[in-house]
Amino acid sequence: MTNPLVQMRGIRMDGRSDEAWSPIIKGVDLTLNRGEVLGLIGESGAGKSTLGLAAMGFTRDGVRISEGAVSFDGIDLLAASAEQKRQLLGKRIAYVAQSAAASFNPAHTLLDQHAEAPVQHGVMSRAEAEADGMELYRKLRLPNPDEIGFRYPHQVSGGQLQRAMTAMAMSCRPDLIIFDEPTTALDVTTQIEVLAAIRNIVEEFGTAAIYITHDLAVVAQMADRIKVLLKGEEVEEAETREMLSAPKQDYTKSLWAVREFQRPAKPAPAVDATPVISVQGITAAYGKMDVLHDVSFDIHAGRTVAVVGESGSGKSTTARCITGLLPPRLGRIELDGAELPLDYRKRSKDQLRQVQMIYQMADTALNPRQSIGDIIARPVEFYMGLKGRAKRDRVADLLEQIELPADQYYDRLPSELSGGQKQRVGIARALAAEPKFIICDEVTSALDQLVAEGILRLLARLQDELGLSYMFITHDLATVKSIADEVVVMKDGAVVEQGPKADMFRPPHHPYTDLLLSSVPEMDPDWLSDLLRERGADNVGDAATARMD
Amino acid sequence: MPPVLKIILQRLALGLLTLFIVSIVIFTAVNMLPGDFAQAILGQSATPEAIAAIRRDLGLDQPPVTRYFVWLGDMLQGNLGVSYAQLNFQSNMGGANLKTVADQIAPRFGNTMFLAGVTAAIAVPFAVTLGVLAALYRNSVFDKAVNISTLTSISSPEFFLAYILILFLAVLNPILPAISNVYQGIAFQDRLMATLLPALTLTLVVTAHMMRMTRAAIINLLASPYIEMARLKGVSPLRVIVKHALPNALAPIINVVALNLAYLITGVVVVEVVFVYPGIGQLFVDAVKNRDIPVVQACCLIFAGAYILLNLAADVLSILTNPRLRHPK
Amino acid sequence: MSVLIALIAVAVAGWLFRFIGQRLTGKPYFRDMPYAVAFGFALAVALIGAGVWLYLQPAMNDQGVPRASVMFFHWAVHFFAVSAVAAFLFRLLGRLVGTQGSRKLFRQMPLTAAYGILVVAIYAFVAIFAAVLAPHGQEEVFAAANVVPGGNPAMGGNPDFPLGTDQIGRDILSRLIYGAQNTVGIAFATTVLAFVLGASLGFLAATLRGWVDQVLSRAVDVLMAIPSLIFSLLLITVASAWVSGAGLTAAMVVIIAVIDATRVFRLSRAVGMNIVVMDYIEAARLRGEGLGYLIFREILPNATAPLLAEFGLRFCFVFLTISALSFLGLGIQPPLADWGTMVKDLSAFINYAAFAPQVASAPLLAAGAIALLTVAVNFVVDWMLHRSSGLRE
Repeated sequence: MTNPLVQMRGIRMDGRSDEAWSPIIKGVDLTLNRGEVLGLIGESGAGKSTLGLAAMGFTRDGVRISEGAVSFDGIDLLAASAEQKRQLLGKRIAYVAQSAAASFNPAHTLLDQHAEAPVQHGVMSRAEAEADGMELYRKLRLPNPDEIGFRYPHQVSGGQLQRAMTAMAMSCRPDLIIFDEPTTALDVTTQIEVLAAIRNIVEEFGTAAIYITHDLAVVAQMADRIKVLLKGEEVEEAETREMLSAPKQDYTKSLWAVREFQRPAKPAPAVDATPVISVQGITAAYGKMDVLHDVSFDIHAGRTVAVVGESGSGKSTTARCITGLLPPRLGRIELDGAELPLDYRKRSKDQLRQVQMIYQMADTALNPRQSIGDIIARPVEFYMGLKGRAKRDRVADLLEQIELPADQYYDRLPSELSGGQKQRVGIARALAAEPKFIICDEVTSALDQLVAEGILRLLARLQDELGLSYMFITHDLATVKSIADEVVVMKDGAVVEQGPKADMFRPPHHPYTDLLLSSVPEMDPDWLSDLLRERGADNVGDAATARMD
Repeated sequence: MPPVLKIILQRLALGLLTLFIVSIVIFTAVNMLPGDFAQAILGQSATPEAIAAIRRDLGLDQPPVTRYFVWLGDMLQGNLGVSYAQLNFQSNMGGANLKTVADQIAPRFGNTMFLAGVTAAIAVPFAVTLGVLAALYRNSVFDKAVNISTLTSISSPEFFLAYILILFLAVLNPILPAISNVYQGIAFQDRLMATLLPALTLTLVVTAHMMRMTRAAIINLLASPYIEMARLKGVSPLRVIVKHALPNALAPIINVVALNLAYLITGVVVVEVVFVYPGIGQLFVDAVKNRDIPVVQACCLIFAGAYILLNLAADVLSILTNPRLRHPK
Repeated sequence: MSVLIALIAVAVAGWLFRFIGQRLTGKPYFRDMPYAVAFGFALAVALIGAGVWLYLQPAMNDQGVPRASVMFFHWAVHFFAVSAVAAFLFRLLGRLVGTQGSRKLFRQMPLTAAYGILVVAIYAFVAIFAAVLAPHGQEEVFAAANVVPGGNPAMGGNPDFPLGTDQIGRDILSRLIYGAQNTVGIAFATTVLAFVLGASLGFLAATLRGWVDQVLSRAVDVLMAIPSLIFSLLLITVASAWVSGAGLTAAMVVIIAVIDATRVFRLSRAVGMNIVVMDYIEAARLRGEGLGYLIFREILPNATAPLLAEFGLRFCFVFLTISALSFLGLGIQPPLADWGTMVKDLSAFINYAAFAPQVASAPLLAAGAIALLTVAVNFVVDWMLHRSSGLRE
């Protein structure tokens, strides 16, 4: 292979904000050979997608390539005319977007959109393209491959759409496909089907690919080589196995290390101990539809109960029931053995104080018009009645506890803080009420891994120091492994299985827990192949069909 | 029943209900008037007998609820009552053929519809084209020029635009008549000439609104990922617009057009007065000045009805063009 | 016909422009230029050329009779040029003096917004100091009626009345100045009233939800189903039976405020709803905070930007509605000087435009005064909306 398929040299790119250009890619080289899959990883804002699109000679509005060269199969993409590029796009270079639901035109059927590129580029006739589409749908294990193409995008589920989009990218048998976070929006059990489908078809046609993602475990399954980006600059690049076993740069090492944080196991609570929170058989409904069915679990002092499940499993609804925002239809909730009124408006100030909440999106959880100091001071004043000097000192203490120096942060607005810092302020606001029990709703899922790691460590430390109890809602099993004492698995509004963490991660499992656990990608590059062999290839397809019904 | 049909029927029912409540509001507002209609008609010097007679004739001695339903029933049958001005004329002068409100409104309604029609015929294609162009070449000099000029034309009162047009097209360069002399049996071409200047004035106002809304809708649409996807598939620019943008743009554009035609209703009043155009708007203003209640009520109901109807049409058409609703799961 | 030929010429010129550009430079800019853009350039050049040609025409013909079209065009160009220079200087001033924050604001400001702020400031100044600035009283009637504007006695003017007098002999300049006070002041008061009413009910509905929201929203739906000008005319008919003169003006203020409050209600409810679903509101509710704290401390500070923009737009709308009503003779009642009424009273002067352009300028000045203020406010609001949407990205 003397002649690489894609060659990018010294790429610098700028993005426009407020009428001024600021750099987003600061001199990156990229080489991709025929039939090779390159993984492009980095945190949000690293410039992965921008670089991926630049490999197609395409820039979004408000972005420009200021320096460098991009060549595809010997063609200079930056010098090529719009018409020349148009001839390449879709035919020899294809793109798979993050959100398939938004990237399919709602006004046309899947097959209509599938056939567009081959017909427009003169590769196939309309009939051939449609027949080929059905064939690709079959290869990608879409259910009813002969019929699904006649549906409109909104009639098809997210995981299936993502595979249909991969099929669409394949329609002209391109030399190169750019996958832009194709599985980020999917649940783990769906993600695995899509990953398997993408990998098989790329292998089958020997297509070269750039696979963009922020998930290391995912990229380990897909890529031959991995390139790590940080803030528009390359950190390092190596063969996948080499990168996983022996990362060279500190930043890469730190990314790997995240997965190793593990809390020591705590002794089980005494049998006769009164739980801090006891949820007893709650059933709740939105309107007339029951969304929670007979959910029960206990949370003891100083312990963390992780509630896991995919989107729509009822995790957050359970939290809304406990806080009293959605009074359950049946069942009772006890705090320290005493019954809590189900509606939060009927709870006493002290009962409200004892149950605090930390939110997923720190952006919407903090009032953008109040300073950090005011945000934390309000519960201090409201519950503790502190004023003036005493209040200020208490807020400063709290800021120290969350590792933000009070003199620097007291007067800042939330918009001046990073995502991780905002989440810390959210924690401080909860602590300010001096509660016994805190609900953490997906508190790390919007954060980059390193930052999330910091938050988890902080929460663990605070628990040890203050004896807090946590209900930890998450869909991320790695987080569960690192922080939970007990696990509650939920599906379709009901508890599937619950018990101490050690038991949960040891077989035998409930079949759903098994599916959930085994679907979480691991850093081992052979993980996906092993798993597929284990499950049997047909099994994946069945799971896909089962989800559809 | 298909869900689309169900939603549309719901909207229609809601529209009718709104119209019904609006009629109550109009009736109630007018019946808050102090004093006696009969007194108002006949003036201070009328004899008590004459007043009593008129009260009986008009049904003013009935309770309000009864009067409302009688009024509504009459309205539905197209019987809009008799103008007080006419009544007064008759009671003072005597005279056989009494012109009813319906007789007064009918020809003027036709004239107003003609004016609105000419305006729409010019404004809609013009505004939509301009809006699409501005969206396609957004942030260009063209876009900015269009932005500033539409902003200016939205900000100007209708009568300012009207007098500017009169100044240039009627006084300085006598191309079109400054006063719209439309009469019974006028030839189509003359009618068109007489209507053109008021129609142009309304066009300026409506085009600006319509164009800005179209531009916003199209920009919104062009930012959607499926348009980027189409470009990344190597689809030609024209095809991106025709095949990918247009089917989805239809709903917002239809919505914009219908909303602006509804807006025309307000504009018509002032413009008709400026050009002395014999339409409902002018009749309405005269009736308001003379406190001619039956005419005010009837005009109000016609305007409100048209307004509700156009908003309803916007609603229904955008439902009909929504692929999600047309192809249910 | 001549228009068609001109268009064809422009089309050919556009094609030539692109063709020559491609041949001479070979730059990707010309290579990828769609024909529509080339046509646009050619059209723009043609229009500018026509404008320059018209501007260079003499304002008088050989017999010394003014050529009105050319004169009006001259005035328009001069006005535009003065506006642009004033806006530029004003922005320059803003960038040089003031606090750091205000200087930064002026640095990012487009020229249109600077112009808008300048005009609004001038209007406010004139409105507040009308009594000092106006040479005569607004109701003062002089013996000299129909004095021609310009102040040149040779042409029928009078230096005492720079903009002339109207049909019954009132000084037009003074009435224009007092008009700022009356028209703008009344429109402003009406808007404030509409806002207090609409916004407080809107936020209440968004925070309380439930039946309060239902009742208010349905009532507003019904009121909004009647076009606002029509509805205000209907209610003014009713009001005119009770009151007249200044009382009718006050009634009009209340009527328009109530009708416009429905629009403000819609917006503030929607803005409130968007804020109410935020997690920080949930956190405050769960803390046990009362309604007052929620509305004034949590919701309102986050709603100021959209509300301020809406205030500008609403003011324009109210201002135009009041002017339209006055123009129809049903708005601000005499003897108060008001621009809408002035346009109506002076409109007959337009017909003299062909031989006496100055005379025709009087009604246009009053109408232009209305347009200029709304344009200015719209420029500022446009910039504010652009800025707040830009910050969100």
